[in-house]
Amino acid sequence: MPAEQALTVLVAEDGAADRLLLAQIVRRQGHEVFTAENGEQAVAMFIERRPQLVLLDALMPVMDGFEAARRIKALAGEALVPIIFLTSLNEEEGLVRCLEAGGDDFMAKPYSAVILAAKIRAMDRLRRLHATVLEQRDQITRHHHHLLNEQRVAKAVFDKVAHSGCLKAANIRYLQSPYALFNGDLLLAAFTPSGDMHVLLGDFTGHGLPAAVGAMPLAEVFYGMTAKGYGLAETLREMNAKLKRILPVDMFCCALLLSLSFQRGTVEVWNGGMPDGYRLSAEGEVLGMLCSHHLPLGVLAPEQFDDATQVLPLAVGERLFLLSDGVVDTGDAQERLFGVDRLRDVLADNRNPDLLFDEVMQALAVFGGQSRDDISLCDIRMSAPEELAPQPVVYSDSGRSSPLDWSLRFELRGQSLRRFNPVPYLVQLLQEIHGLRPSSGRLHSVLSELYSNALEHGVLAMDSRLKRDAQGFAQYYRQRAERLMHEVGGFVSIGLQVEPRGAGGRLMIEVRDSGAGFDVARELARTPEQQAFSGRGMGLVQRLAGQARWLEGGRLAQVDFEW
Amino acid sequence: MDVHINQQVLSDLREVMEDGYLQLLETFLEDSERRLNQLHKARDADELGMAAHSFKGSSSNMGAVGLAALCQQLEERVRQQPLYGIEDLINRIDQEYLVVQRYYRSERQRVSAQ
Repeated sequence: MPAEQALTVLVAEDGAADRLLLAQIVRRQGHEVFTAENGEQAVAMFIERRPQLVLLDALMPVMDGFEAARRIKALAGEALVPIIFLTSLNEEEGLVRCLEAGGDDFMAKPYSAVILAAKIRAMDRLRRLHATVLEQRDQITRHHHHLLNEQRVAKAVFDKVAHSGCLKAANIRYLQSPYALFNGDLLLAAFTPSGDMHVLLGDFTGHGLPAAVGAMPLAEVFYGMTAKGYGLAETLREMNAKLKRILPVDMFCCALLLSLSFQRGTVEVWNGGMPDGYRLSAEGEVLGMLCSHHLPLGVLAPEQFDDATQVLPLAVGERLFLLSDGVVDTGDAQERLFGVDRLRDVLADNRNPDLLFDEVMQALAVFGGQSRDDISLCDIRMSAPEELAPQPVVYSDSGRSSPLDWSLRFELRGQSLRRFNPVPYLVQLLQEIHGLRPSSGRLHSVLSELYSNALEHGVLAMDSRLKRDAQGFAQYYRQRAERLMHEVGGFVSIGLQVEPRGAGGRLMIEVRDSGAGFDVARELARTPEQQAFSGRGMGLVQRLAGQARWLEGGRLAQVDFEW
Repeated sequence: MDVHINQQVLSDLREVMEDGYLQLLETFLEDSERRLNQLHKARDADELGMAAHSFKGSSSNMGAVGLAALCQQLEERVRQQPLYGIEDLINRIDQEYLVVQRYYRSERQRVSAQ
């Protein structure tokens, strides 16, 4: 009877004849046999030879089989060393004792070679299965460690990318669970050259590393375009096109983008698939919602993508509260969701804005019992323009070349008026003039303001008096989008002239439009309070530029910068 | 002879043990002397039970069915106090062993003569 697999077997039996017989039966089946006369010898032999299987008489002198089985099992550790008890015990109690001591099977006397062979084979199968399970478990553990390590490294890299912006600004508070990024959550913030603040809260589909990889290109576009002074619409289009190009079909990114203009006291919003954000008064009262009106980024082809944003007034002290779906989708034991209503209760009960995040997290803990790892909260406060320290700008050139004597005229018509924003290009060009670099933020603001005035009030003939309140804002921007959709006639022309003056120089900006013009004297006579949002930005331009003139019945704006 | 020895078991043993058959017979005979000794010298029911249990196991392995049955009777009997009348059972085991011993000795002779 040849064995399928030769094993090393320990036979412990106090009866000399039984021991002789059993050893011979096992040996004839092809296994290697060690023998012991009592429990103590059996344990010693086990330590010495590490047999793969043990046949153990239950009742032996010196140390009985039960005690020997316990010790052998302890010595074997995680490995399965099957123990077959040799016994003619008939009573249930004795058999139970065998199992409790760690026995895996019984074998009654008189011994049957056939039954013993079958039992040894069965135990060997069990032993191998157990070894395979252990091996696979160890393999999984190794893979798991490996994965965790990769995640740690990736997290360190991602953290650098995600936190290179201005999330530390005084008006931003945020809370993200430690591995939120690996659940696809992404929070970015950066200043534009004109001092506006762009914020993105995103949520990629999926979990783990795949959900996080999209964060890199998205952050790159966000920071790059924000730093160059592009508006939300251009940035959104670029982000959508990039994600559409690189992500697999089933992957996309829900996102809420904000542009806070501290100069104008407005916030521009685009929400594609994120939970509603909240516009809160200084006291925490809900003033309005930032609802999703779009598909997430990376879903639509560039031609179909809708970059229409919403512009809302936001007074100093008013706040925006953003959150990821991990908050409202936290489930309790019955799989009920935390939901928007409970969140609004927390918002309503909040008295101290500093405690809002804690209160939200506590409400989630009370509701769900266990915290999710994909929770992002962000609270952004509108500050006065002078409150935020200006961002130092880093220039990459050596600072030698500085063209000082040139002029250009730039005229935008038709299609270009719809989509193209010339301001970032012009500001970048003007950065070549070193004397203007300290004013690049102001330059950006002034050019943006003059350009949008020329486009909106000039070419599109929009009435700025609409922007009296939140509804007016909405109506104004809806109208703007509608008018841009149709054939746009007319033009906006931007002229830049640079000339040297002693050690410094002068930049003259002219922005002309094809519109009907306006009553400049009357508009200028209005107080800043009267102007508020509807003042064609004249107060803002004057404040930032020093020398500003409106000529040709309001159709031409002239601004000078000197250095 | 069938009440004492199961011939089928014995022929299986011959086949399994091969050259070790003679040694098995000798070992059993020596071992049995020790077991009988233990039976007679047992000081309490537990010791008696242990000895009967072991003797039952080895006799059954050797095909000594009559001896194994008597040992089992003894093993069961010691669990019920009082133990009077138990000497009679031990005597019957002694008698049965003499038969078994005689048989295995002749078997040993026969094998070693071959």
